[in-house]
Amino acid sequence: MSRGKAWKYGDDINTDVIFPGKYTYSVLEPGEMARHALEDLDPGFAQSVKQGDVIVAGRNFGCGSSREQAATCLKAAGVQAVIAKSFARIFFRNAINQGLPVLQSAEAVDSLENGEEVDIDFASGKIKTGKGVFVFSSFPDSVLGILKEGGLIPYTKKRLKESLKRRC
Amino acid sequence: MGKTFSEKVLGLKAGAEVRAGEVVTVSPDYILSHDNSAAIIKEFKKLGVNSVRCPKKLVIILDHVVPASSEKYAANHKAIREFVSEQKIPNFFDVQQGICHQVFSENGFALPGKLILGADSHTTSYGALGAFSAGIGRSEVASLWATDEIWLRVPETIKIEIKGRLPSGVYAKDIILKIIGDEGADRANYKAVEFTGEAVRRLSVASRLVLANMAAEIGAKNGYIVPDENIIPWIKERARDEFEVIASDPDAGYEAVLDYDVSSLQPQVACPHTVDHVKPVSELEGIRFHQAVIGTCTNGRLEDLEAAAAILRGRKVHSQVRVLVIPASRQVYLEALNKGLMSIFVEAGCLILNPGCGPCLGAHQGILAPGEVALSTANRNFRGRMGSRDAEIYLASPATVAASSLEGKIADPRKYL
Repeated sequence: MSRGKAWKYGDDINTDVIFPGKYTYSVLEPGEMARHALEDLDPGFAQSVKQGDVIVAGRNFGCGSSREQAATCLKAAGVQAVIAKSFARIFFRNAINQGLPVLQSAEAVDSLENGEEVDIDFASGKIKTGKGVFVFSSFPDSVLGILKEGGLIPYTKKRLKESLKRRC
Repeated sequence: MGKTFSEKVLGLKAGAEVRAGEVVTVSPDYILSHDNSAAIIKEFKKLGVNSVRCPKKLVIILDHVVPASSEKYAANHKAIREFVSEQKIPNFFDVQQGICHQVFSENGFALPGKLILGADSHTTSYGALGAFSAGIGRSEVASLWATDEIWLRVPETIKIEIKGRLPSGVYAKDIILKIIGDEGADRANYKAVEFTGEAVRRLSVASRLVLANMAAEIGAKNGYIVPDENIIPWIKERARDEFEVIASDPDAGYEAVLDYDVSSLQPQVACPHTVDHVKPVSELEGIRFHQAVIGTCTNGRLEDLEAAAAILRGRKVHSQVRVLVIPASRQVYLEALNKGLMSIFVEAGCLILNPGCGPCLGAHQGILAPGEVALSTANRNFRGRMGSRDAEIYLASPATVAASSLEGKIADPRKYL
């Protein structure tokens, strides 16, 4: 069980407000990215977020650009997971590839208040809030493998060691 | 039940019979990246391999901040050029060529039946030329460079049938804005969108690219228009490779079929701060703005510049408005020059920028100050995208932006035709 404070936001939170485009090619280090996390959505977030906090949002979280920093900056800021009603496709992949768990549960989102403590049990796939316990959809094995290695880069590195046989 | 285009292409690539919802491991035909190649190279180097697995599949096009606007951008571009040379990557397009999606299409990489993945969300564009193309992230591109493999979920398909004849002064941009406004920003999340119908068949290559480009704004994984005899000659002229047109079966299973009739469609405008916040121009006339942008991967092609020039010819843009014109590529620039469009823009008081993404993503060339308003032909109007978080962005067709630039406020282009 892992506990953190919920930062609750609405629907359609896009990648521009998570990590502004003006930094995408000039800010390259995760620690520096973290300082701009959610800058255009909630300017106070980056200064106050604590290790283990959780982002809670409505539908279509992470829509917009393919910029992976939208996931990297949240992870580097200490966010342990994002719980949303749904995720935009590219953000969903990017988050997993950065080792940031993205949990889909509309019920958990509706039950959570901003600032409330939330417990996540990754092993059993459960989210515990003040109002109850909610199950989040589990991941396919391929995705679990990536999350277990901490992201796609370490996962691929491991796979490459096992050697890929097919030729170009 | 028959198969959709997406089921067929991904099945061919996976060497298996597949249906929507299944996960396949596939190898793409081309992998696109742009200025973000610098960050991808850093990830690639963590993988412990020395060389790119299939260098000929990589297409790298510098477009986002070109030419470099700061030492950091310059260092990124330099690192990319060094990597291209060291890895012997044949398909590299430097800062003078234009926006990746236009350059990629013009150079014959975007072909029917191909699987194209790119580190850019508007990679959906090539569906207009019959490809399965989708955006992916940086780690995935780095991993693809090393392994030539990726997992993809076969998407369900939403078919959008567009009937009727577009009225004068109304364009593909208005069609797609109307659809996005009606359906919402996540209607097609994780899904394919197939555009069909008589109105689509009448569209040019450039206009079809607008639909597929902005399929990303309803969350689509890929957009698709089956190539027909109207555009096959255009594709053949440029094709680098053999290709095969793949169409959905008549009895394919769609998740939904949406019907639109554009016969009485009005010009549409997306209002701040989301692309699905769409209203007809008639409800917005009179809204003042400070900067206009005519260009981007959505609307920077020759027909877009022609539509804008037809309105600006012999007229002057409003004194309180800065009008930036950005041809999508060097080739578009040259054609526009030869057709005399550039003199029209300069005489009207516009500022012509070099081909590239320009101010669309707020990195350079026309950043907005707090309180400023922009009217752009781009595809996104999210808060803070073009600079200040206290600026506002409206999106419209090149004709609407040109007409509005004359008045300094949002205006209906039909009165200038």
